[in-house]
Amino acid sequence: MRKAAITAEAAAALVVDGARVMIGGFLGVGSPDRLIDALISRGARGLTIIGNDTAYPTVGVGRLIEAGCVARVEASHIGTNPTTQRLMSDGAIEVELIPQGTLAERIRAGGAGLGGVLTPTGVGTMVAQGKQVIEIDGATFLLEKPMRADFALLRAHEADYCGNLTYRLTAANFNPVMALAADCVIAEPDEIVPAGVIPPDAVRTPGVLVTHLVGRAR
Amino acid sequence: MDAKETIARRVAMELRDGMLVNLGIGLPTLVARFVPMGISVAFQTENGLIGFSAPPPEGMANRDLVDAGGGFIAALPGAASFDSATSFALIRGGHVGLAVLGALQVDASGRLASWIIPGKFTPGMGGAMDLVAGAKRVIVAMQHAAKGEPKLVETLTLPPTAARRVSLIVTELAVIEPTDDGLALRERAPGVSVSDILASTGARLIVPDDAPEMPLGCD
Repeated sequence: MRKAAITAEAAAALVVDGARVMIGGFLGVGSPDRLIDALISRGARGLTIIGNDTAYPTVGVGRLIEAGCVARVEASHIGTNPTTQRLMSDGAIEVELIPQGTLAERIRAGGAGLGGVLTPTGVGTMVAQGKQVIEIDGATFLLEKPMRADFALLRAHEADYCGNLTYRLTAANFNPVMALAADCVIAEPDEIVPAGVIPPDAVRTPGVLVTHLVGRAR
Repeated sequence: MDAKETIARRVAMELRDGMLVNLGIGLPTLVARFVPMGISVAFQTENGLIGFSAPPPEGMANRDLVDAGGGFIAALPGAASFDSATSFALIRGGHVGLAVLGALQVDASGRLASWIIPGKFTPGMGGAMDLVAGAKRVIVAMQHAAKGEPKLVETLTLPPTAARRVSLIVTELAVIEPTDDGLALRERAPGVSVSDILASTGARLIVPDDAPEMPLGCD
């Protein structure tokens, strides 16, 4: 059950070029900055990034875009990052835009073993193109399929050495759902505390979901 | 009073005691400054918090506490934080009493466009599609025209944000309600005539015999 922490560099080496990678964060708040640094340092290439947004060119996921690590983005919003806009226009990266609530539920479905989600969001819009429209008791829904990834890179507040995670305020955002939806889950906590320090009721991501914890260099 | 303040003050008159309210990024966030005396509302920020005020007191910002525009906020006593799935369950599930959103266009059927100008700018929808699909009431808060071009149009030329008809449109010139018969003029801004409104509106407006001046509250 106990997990020894690894370095951000060792974690970044696991994330192979071309992988599908979920990254927590909302405009960079709650993003795993040390893992992002390490991915840039190792010169990662061809990643598909799944997350809420691409933040700003010098912040969070935006730094991976700026460093040329990313081939494809699946996100709800890219309006704060002119680099993403430009690379998309130039055809240098692909972008799929997904409504924020739909993104959260598709990831949740992917991690919860569900075959998809029926949502009213996007009915009658470009988002509905190519999707099944289903009527339930007179209401119209889109069938949105589950999403999974090879890796989820999370930022947590505290972790214990069992991998249990807590989050703080608005830094939780997509991190808890992503913890369920990837084959390899790497969590970067602000602090790692001894097992038993985090009360069971405070744990928001059970440690069994976490593959690796990233420690701090001493 | 500038255009944005007029819009924010008039939208604030739609707040009701006990409402859960979601304000979009930009102009809609100004509404929080004009909550009428004697009522209490809870503001939600879609990135995962109910119960905040902005900005935080000088020197009391926290890097993990921001609104949906990335600006620092203060969590009020009684605030609750949650993840994105819960936040959008609140939004889609009809728990939000009022959503206030900006728009690029609104058409005669009451649909709004707000997330893409094909070939020019593609910010993305963020949470807007979920908010329009799920909030009990949706108010569009926008300037009446942009660069001389009307934003109220007969039929959207930009991709819609939802199929749903919005509840109310508030601009610096007028309050307009989409109805089965089309866009109905409800109120004029102080000093603005019906012909001023018609001149900068690109959709047919149903004009009543007497459109009253909009209430803007007081400080």
